[in-house]
Amino acid sequence: MEMNDKDTLTIVEHIKNFARRHSLFVLAYGTGCGAIEVPPTMTSRYDAERFGIVGRATPRQADVLLITGYLSVKTLKRVIRTYEQMQNPKYVIGFGSCTINGGMYWDSYNTIKVLDQYMPVDVYINGCMPRPESVISGFIKLQQLIKAGKADGWKKYQENLDWYRTNQKKVIKNWNMPDYNW
Amino acid sequence: METLKTISGYFATIGVAFTVGFLFMGFSRILTARVQNRVGPPIYQNLLDIIKLWSKESAINHGLMQHLGPAFAVTASVTTLLFIPVLRIGNWFQNFSFEGDLIFLLYIMVFGQLGMALGAGQTGNPNSAIGVSRGLSQVVGYEIPFVLALTALMVYHETTSLHEIMAAQDSIGAWNIFVNPFAFVAAIIAFLGMTHYTPFDVPFAPAELASGPPSEFGGKYLGMMMTSGSIFAFAKLTLFVNLFLGGASNLLELLAKTLALYLIPVIIGIVTPRYRTEQAIVFFWKWPTAFGILSILWVVWMR
Repeated sequence: MEMNDKDTLTIVEHIKNFARRHSLFVLAYGTGCGAIEVPPTMTSRYDAERFGIVGRATPRQADVLLITGYLSVKTLKRVIRTYEQMQNPKYVIGFGSCTINGGMYWDSYNTIKVLDQYMPVDVYINGCMPRPESVISGFIKLQQLIKAGKADGWKKYQENLDWYRTNQKKVIKNWNMPDYNW
Repeated sequence: METLKTISGYFATIGVAFTVGFLFMGFSRILTARVQNRVGPPIYQNLLDIIKLWSKESAINHGLMQHLGPAFAVTASVTTLLFIPVLRIGNWFQNFSFEGDLIFLLYIMVFGQLGMALGAGQTGNPNSAIGVSRGLSQVVGYEIPFVLALTALMVYHETTSLHEIMAAQDSIGAWNIFVNPFAFVAAIIAFLGMTHYTPFDVPFAPAELASGPPSEFGGKYLGMMMTSGSIFAFAKLTLFVNLFLGGASNLLELLAKTLALYLIPVIIGIVTPRYRTEQAIVFFWKWPTAFGILSILWVVWMR
């Protein structure tokens, strides 16, 4: 983030930051059972739109990638591809215990255990399943991180791309993805 | 000094159009939320979305035409706006309006969509291609009743100048909505198609086409398209106020009249499901076209 000579944020950066944290376009990648908690979060009962959280259907328009649940090796490949198509700055929310430590799939042969090794996660929401209240509190946490300038997972991904690629290629055997120029 | 005043008038028009456009869109989001028993976003939410998209640090593009598509859309919106006299009196918001502006507007209003179609075509996304073909088919549908309604007005007033049409509607009884109600019905149904609210939102169909033509546009490109959408919404509403509601003599009156017109597609959109493309075209070629022909007959009979 740009600083002025008094080492505080410039006014333009303040406005940008305010807009970024109050307008979050979400791409909900329904990988696991967590996807069932997303519709109640978005619709009348819990109404995430009042925080500026809106669902989007394509990665190009989205800011937040919501990984809802376990990731099999096959889906991980698609998720990485989706994540790399998103435009900077972009954030990832890991949703449910499965993204933290594998959850109930901890000894499964074809799911990944720790999502953070394959892509940078900004906020984890624990629980199996997390209810819509905790999903919204996770988004509020993300807004606080953006406000403090700490939601910079996308920068870490670019800086440590080799480390992430090595980890990704370790589990994805048939790696035939194009190189992106994001 | 005179030139400076004119130029600042252009910028004031664009500023007013953008502000009113995003506020109306925010209002429609709140209205939809209230109907669905939700709280809804703040009214300035669309401005935040646009600022956020403009401040994205990367924006991928797949070639020159995708770069130009959103630029075409903004150009067409601003051009359309600047050829519409915003107020009927005063010389601040008159802009470029001239004798034959109604015919010119008929052409320039589709320019943005054609530019968008070219831009979306280059992305290579199948959803974009399907969305473009649906959108342009829908244009073919609603342009016919729209042109019929405008022809009726042009024949009735014997002019193609928006200024003279506005000047002829000097009292409420002389408003075209009451003088020629058939033309208003035809034009307002065509307007539903132009605004892309349900039941005519099949080109963008978020749940089905991943938002259609703009599905491969992110960051600044999407921001440009949303900016253009805000300006174009206001331009269309002002055009309809000028044509049917006798124009407005100050900005407050304009705001009230445009809001009243804007509520029609929004409220219809909240309560209706979506037409498929062929259903939409059949609908446009049946009912509003019949009203359009009726309006021309009405004008012939009136004169």
